Amino acid sequence: MLYIDSIRKGIVIDHIKVGCGFKIFKYLKLDKADFTVALIMNAPSKKYGRKDMIKIENTINIDLRMLGFIDPNITVNIIENEKITEKINLSLPTRVENIIKCKNPRCITSSERYIMHRFILIDEEKGIYKCEYCDHIYSWEG
Amino acid sequence: MSKVKHLIDPQDISLDEINELIQLGEEISNNPERYNNVCNGKILGTLFYEPSTRTRLSFESAMIRLGGQVIGFSEIGSSSIMKGESIPDTVRTIGSYVDIIAMRHPKEGAPKYASYFSPVPLINAGDGGHQHPTQTLTDLITIHKVKGGFSNLTIGFCGDLKFGRTVHSLIKAMSRYTNISFILISPNELKVPNYIKTEILDKNNLKYIEVEKLEDLIQELDILYMTRVQKERFFNEADYIRLKDSYILDKSKMELAKKDLIVLHPLPRVNEISYEVDKDPRACYFMQVKYGMYARMALISKLLEVM
Ligand SMILES: [Zn+2]
Repeated sequence: MLYIDSIRKGIVIDHIKVGCGFKIFKYLKLDKADFTVALIMNAPSKKYGRKDMIKIENTINIDLRMLGFIDPNITVNIIENEKITEKINLSLPTRVENIIKCKNPRCITSSERYIMHRFILIDEEKGIYKCEYCDHIYSWEG
Repeated sequence: MSKVKHLIDPQDISLDEINELIQLGEEISNNPERYNNVCNGKILGTLFYEPSTRTRLSFESAMIRLGGQVIGFSEIGSSSIMKGESIPDTVRTIGSYVDIIAMRHPKEGAPKYASYFSPVPLINAGDGGHQHPTQTLTDLITIHKVKGGFSNLTIGFCGDLKFGRTVHSLIKAMSRYTNISFILISPNELKVPNYIKTEILDKNNLKYIEVEKLEDLIQELDILYMTRVQKERFFNEADYIRLKDSYILDKSKMELAKKDLIVLHPLPRVNEISYEVDKDPRACYFMQVKYGMYARMALISKLLEVM
């Protein structure tokens, strides 16, 4: 396996579904970071076979609810002195703001300039969201 | 400041509030002159981003009959001040001139977005194919007036049940009452969407049947709610030819129906109700138009808290 230094103090985002790592990397704007970050793709995983992973050598504020929306199976480990001091399990957020856009071409979000794209969780089990304005159902598949 | 109350979605108002509105609407219809001063000094702003003359005139006449006045615009092209302005800015501006707003917009969700910024009560007067709560209120008041209540009724919906927002929200509204059954009459391609069946009909254990031809079960109905079916909605010509006449309500079909049936239609009609039916006392769609105005009078006076 590719060797990546363990981090002294920071955050490890683990068990990311393969292919989602880059999306999260971009969402957290880590491509613009001035501290050490690593994006590991297709790492072996006991749980899922393969996974993506992000290591951040810094204490940054991460929007955990939004990570939960991208994938609730992600775990977030907080590292102090090279040890995991906290393991955070994610859940689906009740609302999702400005991450995804409503796909209904008749929705007001398609024409108002400053409107916030906002989705509300309507079915926790199935992870179904609807647009707050037009009620259009959101699905990852499109 | 107390929270401003809006009407955006028919689900925004509780069963109790609907009953209050129905009662008030009926009272107004019985003694309209008693209410012609209650909105003295109040102004309604009609923000119609797309023209809908009937709905706008219904709101305007409602406000004027309550003693209030009306300002507004009826298409964005004619109101250069509004061009390119965001909805929040427009609503905040107009909201400082008027006491209540009725908004029609071609985009779905626009009135909801507007309501977050409106300093005064805002009524959704139709947003694209999404919601039209005052039409539902109109339908309910008419049914209540003619049938005397909402229980023990068999309601037929006929026509385009897939895209008809008025159908969806009336099914939702009626499903809250006791012993209601539905007969859903439409071509196969234009059936009621599945979410209506699972989330409303099945969830509330309501009886419903889906059929293709109006004459098959018209004799069972207490209420027949007609909607338009356009030729272009059919997926193939053969189905259209096979079924086109079965969605036109005419004298011969009316002969099969109960003596106390009522026929409703959100209007405008094209050819789905032939003119010979207009003279039939069971045809209630023009009465429905009048109740639409009373419904809006009741709603405006409740939202302005003058009643
Ligand atoms: Zn939307």
